[in-house]
Amino acid sequence: MPADMIKSSDMTAVSAPRTDKSVDVRAALKGVEHQPGAPKPDPIVVADGIVRRFGGLTAVDVEHVEIQRGVITALIGPNGAGKTTFFNLLTGFDSPDAGAWSFSGKGLKGMPAYKVARLGMVRTFQLTKVLARLTVMENMRIGATGQSGESLWQAMFAPLWRGQEKRNTERAMDLLRRFKLDTKKDDFAGSLSGGQRKLLEMARALMVEPELVMLDEPMAGVNPALKQSLLGHVKSLREDGMTVLFVEHDMDMVRDISDWVIVMAQGKIIAEGPPDAVMSDQRVIDAYLGAHHDAELSTEDEEAILAAAEAETGATEGKSSHG
Amino acid sequence: MDWQDMLSSSLQQGLGPTAIVYCLAAIGLNVHFGYTGLLNFGQAGFMAVAGYSMASIVTTWGLSLWLGVAVGLLLTVGLALLLGVPTLRLRADYLAIVTIAAAEIIRQVVGSVSLLKYFGGLDGLQAFNAQFAALNPFDKPTGIDGVVMWRPYDFWVVVVGWTLVVISCLIVFLLMRSPWGRVLKSIREDEDAVRSLGKNVYSYKMQSLVIGGLFGALAGFMTALRNAAISPAGFATDVTFFAYAVLLLGGAARVLGPVVGSIIFWFMLTFLDLFFSQATRGADPLIPASIMTTSQASLIRLIFLGLALMLLMIYRPQGIFGDRRELAIDAR
Repeated sequence: MPADMIKSSDMTAVSAPRTDKSVDVRAALKGVEHQPGAPKPDPIVVADGIVRRFGGLTAVDVEHVEIQRGVITALIGPNGAGKTTFFNLLTGFDSPDAGAWSFSGKGLKGMPAYKVARLGMVRTFQLTKVLARLTVMENMRIGATGQSGESLWQAMFAPLWRGQEKRNTERAMDLLRRFKLDTKKDDFAGSLSGGQRKLLEMARALMVEPELVMLDEPMAGVNPALKQSLLGHVKSLREDGMTVLFVEHDMDMVRDISDWVIVMAQGKIIAEGPPDAVMSDQRVIDAYLGAHHDAELSTEDEEAILAAAEAETGATEGKSSHG
Repeated sequence: MDWQDMLSSSLQQGLGPTAIVYCLAAIGLNVHFGYTGLLNFGQAGFMAVAGYSMASIVTTWGLSLWLGVAVGLLLTVGLALLLGVPTLRLRADYLAIVTIAAAEIIRQVVGSVSLLKYFGGLDGLQAFNAQFAALNPFDKPTGIDGVVMWRPYDFWVVVVGWTLVVISCLIVFLLMRSPWGRVLKSIREDEDAVRSLGKNVYSYKMQSLVIGGLFGALAGFMTALRNAAISPAGFATDVTFFAYAVLLLGGAARVLGPVVGSIIFWFMLTFLDLFFSQATRGADPLIPASIMTTSQASLIRLIFLGLALMLLMIYRPQGIFGDRRELAIDAR
């Protein structure tokens, strides 16, 4: 576990027994097969037969997948593999054409996104969504759930919600300190840098007090110095007992912090396993680099590929209604 | 040129019933557009529904004016729900299209010949304000001598109108400083982010549409009461656009923006009108007839108004009360 390598001051908030925990959770995954759709001992998310089509394109076609509770699971795959679409489907931001999935045993099919979030399954976005013309502190406060002042009837009477607001503010301040944003609390969120926005979005998601945090490309557009601190924060979520599922392209990050890796390609899950096993998996290498990346193409192969491509183009032209 | 007369007439307009109507309409739009980011281009429709409910309950059905007010508020809520249910799940532009169409439909319906006996056609309805006038405590012209002066009934309308404005501003202030207001502002910034944090965005947008519509209803009542008459001409689409101009002039998402915007808007509009009409009148006008005639003078104010709004958007897009810092932030 290379976590010990990170000695930056950012890590002070993270408590010492961290390494123990990662050992614990990895032990739980020891007996799990390295196969797509492998059953886990204590799954928090179980999805079955999820299919999402955009016209003629099947973006997601996941037969079965389970996400283990309390670990950091990475969802990787080449561009267009359907990772973000799968995220959207799980969190209710999009609805699949078929399939069922559950969170902590509760079926989520047809549940709107805000109810999914209230259950404790909170996501962030690939393109960071901070509320630009609200201050950092207001961005944090909005994350708190069950606020009585958010009901229209109580909103006008400040004494009814002032106490709760104060407690939320204190909790927000703690989180901002942990994410090193406390000095920015009165600035507009729109004035933050890209990396700080990622931090704010993650901190805001924690205000919801989630069980499962889903991060969509947390490292995209973040400078290397901040990357280390972000890595530490993601790990600290696991230490606090949360489950993390993240989409990422940065393989160093995946190798460094994930306990389990799920690989998607062309909408399907093609491999699963611990980081090292997955990265040497032939199917994964093929998915990223193409099956023939180290073999010379023979003339017959080329012709076959050309014929297949032509057949496919013809078929698509026939169905011209698909955009 | 009679400067004193021009200034006092302009001030009279700036503080008068018309300014009040647009102020209330803009307060509603402020809730919709300024705080929630909903593009309601049919505020005139909300005003018409409320105003016509009140007037027709009295003249057509012979019932109490206050019952008319209650029916007006109720139907406004109904209209907001009717417009919101199909459109609020969609992108913001759909609401804009639906509201502008609905406002026109309402205006055409109340002015139609087949409903003449209920709504009075294009002539509209009159003489429904007896109950309101009976409460008038003023029996002689009131105002500040030599500056502004209103007839007793007009002054009563002004007093009631500004009271409604003060109450409305207070309600908006209390709502927008609360966590409820924070959710609205967040929806304006990014709906999906708010959804991902467990808030029912659809329900909040609906609440905003209803509340802003109710402020529009108050504007509709004042429209009817100010002239003791109501007609479809008073609810054309330019009413909504003037209300938007008022809002942007004062500064969107600021509690007092619509108030200041409305006063300045109507002051300037009247002042420009009087200035150009005086400057082109007489034997030896200030502006020679070769440049502008008297008949052109009444239109030139709208040209200047448009120009002023353009300059405002270029040099002070946040309006008079807006926060410059907010604009420095590129949205998304």
